[in-house]
Amino acid sequence: MPRNTVDLPYTRYLSPDGQLLGELPAWADDFNLLTRLYRQMVLTRLFDQKAVALQRTGRIGTYAPTLGQEAIGVAVGSLMHAEDVLVPYYRDTAVQLMRGVRMEEILLYWGGDERGSHFAEPAVAQDFPICVPIATQALHACGVASAFKIRGEHRVAVTTCGDGATSKGDFLEALNVAGAWQLPVVFVINNNQWAISVPRRIQCGAPTLAQKAIGAGFHGEQVDGNDLLAVYDRVQVALERARHGKGPVLLECVSYRLGDHTTADDATRYRPAEEVKHAWLEEPIKRLQTFMAGQGVWDERREQALIAECQGLVQRAVDNFDAAGHQAPETLMQYVYAQWPAVLGDQREWFLERAARRARGGAHE
Amino acid sequence: MSDAKVSLLEAVNLALHRAMGEDENVIVLGEDVGVNGGVFRATQGLRDSFGFKRVIDSPLAETMLGGLVIGMAAQGLKPVVEIQFMGFIYATMEHLVSHASRIRNRTRGRITCPMVLRSPMGAGIRAPEHHSESTEALFAHIPGLRVLIPSSPARAYGLLLAAIDDPDPVVFLEPTRLYRMNPQPLVDDGKRLPLDSCFTLREGSDITLISWGASVMETLQAATALAEQGVSAEVIDVACIKPLDLDTLEASVRKTGHCVIIHEAPRSCGVGAEIAASLYERALLELQAPILRVTAPDIPPPLYRLEQLYIPSVEDILHACDSVLNFA
Repeated sequence: MPRNTVDLPYTRYLSPDGQLLGELPAWADDFNLLTRLYRQMVLTRLFDQKAVALQRTGRIGTYAPTLGQEAIGVAVGSLMHAEDVLVPYYRDTAVQLMRGVRMEEILLYWGGDERGSHFAEPAVAQDFPICVPIATQALHACGVASAFKIRGEHRVAVTTCGDGATSKGDFLEALNVAGAWQLPVVFVINNNQWAISVPRRIQCGAPTLAQKAIGAGFHGEQVDGNDLLAVYDRVQVALERARHGKGPVLLECVSYRLGDHTTADDATRYRPAEEVKHAWLEEPIKRLQTFMAGQGVWDERREQALIAECQGLVQRAVDNFDAAGHQAPETLMQYVYAQWPAVLGDQREWFLERAARRARGGAHE
Repeated sequence: MSDAKVSLLEAVNLALHRAMGEDENVIVLGEDVGVNGGVFRATQGLRDSFGFKRVIDSPLAETMLGGLVIGMAAQGLKPVVEIQFMGFIYATMEHLVSHASRIRNRTRGRITCPMVLRSPMGAGIRAPEHHSESTEALFAHIPGLRVLIPSSPARAYGLLLAAIDDPDPVVFLEPTRLYRMNPQPLVDDGKRLPLDSCFTLREGSDITLISWGASVMETLQAATALAEQGVSAEVIDVACIKPLDLDTLEASVRKTGHCVIIHEAPRSCGVGAEIAASLYERALLELQAPILRVTAPDIPPPLYRLEQLYIPSVEDILHACDSVLNFA
């Protein structure tokens, strides 16, 4: 019986223990660049650890850790141009920080305050806030990319999602329209093997997630999501391809979710400790560090200095977060419409009265 | 400039031409809207006038359309997307509820969603299954949206232009039963009608008849019949279903002391319930009789052999008016 098979590229430059597996692309000779990317991965991890700690002590709400996903986010964020647009999902602390979202904004968002999605930095003014309803963001990215294409702009929309999201209709409809219209959009799947408690092998019958692009008529490939050099290389190619009108790309980054799904989850309920222990041997930061040390450009002294510097930055962000205070009740009606409709004036009135009464500690509250 | 008689459908088409001519950020997209001009021909001629980059035939995927326009709007375009029939609109629901209606609020005004989602609505044209719904209440429940239903060519024209101007998302529902009925003179002058506002179509002092969509037609006919019996009925076309102009409705009911609400949608949790509850809250002691509703029952729209039973008739409205006016 004839069978259709697909054989997609899978890129990896560094072995899990940081050994070079083949010839590196020319850009990887730039050790300043590698140092900068390494620094950003470390900063992301320290920030992530702090965010989890803040949740554990009740200072922010539920948080989705990005532990083990740093290479993907840092590579994507560092390669996007300022004028590109990121349409992220909720495990995207790494890429958001790299784009210019501030750490205190991420804390504000997970700390229950809408101002966390306002984004002060002009460079991220058009980036979407993180998206909670799974895979819906893929379609928003296609809309952004459609606008670029209609206006003839050489910009790229980049959207991210997890492995579970690829099962959703929104994701598949996004791939379809991206292929039909050859949109300047790059889909980055963070295949971290677990959609909360459902493992990749029962999520989908296809051997790779990247091959979903084939049915939509464009290029898909896999990359080792724990190898920063590999992710950086393939994201670079994908972005240039999309930017120059050569159509969308689907990049499946194969990684592992080292943390719980969120701080409200307990992954020990559904996955074996052995598996997690093994995954730690493949994690991205140690891998790049070993490689850089082997090249003679990294050592313990630099590592300690970097950690101290990053911890200082994280602490300053926490201080800013602490100092942010609460929004006034009227702000809850300020942004529902461009202007609160006059015909809903009575609702505004009773709602602000309710707020004032509670502020006074009204007898019936 | 012409003041030839135009139908509601032609008025929609004129407004789309006008909006696209005025603002290059306005784009039209949907299934069959380009070469074919839409299955009802609402977008006819747009492709020839404005080209394929601004009048876009999309893949057949309504969820995609609901999500795509959010990204487009975030980039400063003003997409006007057509969903072919209201029975197919539900696939856009997640994007309306979770994104279009709240992206402004989520980002504290940083990203906005100036889009219009147009869809035919309602029964009465002997259409196939899933082509006859009136589910405006589903959308009226969503904070951050506007929901408009025109019931005349002039209101279709003026409200659609206003909807496209509006910086927030608008669901614009066009009663198919009225699409080609009763053409009226219309000056294509680009004049917008106010949003968030009811339209008093006929002033009266004895009873207030509140309606919207295709049922406005039967409601006006009922008012004429009442006048022949010496009863002066005030007829208000709500037109803007969300947010509701309750002040206008309240003022009318305070004046007449009697009220009947007529809508084609099923009764329970319909917009008529919201209006009645609000009027009781605001003007209970001015009412001389309970407010009655003339609606479809809580059943799916029937296939076409029995669909006229589903739609409120002039007689049904007169019967309700009789009960209200003679309430002891």
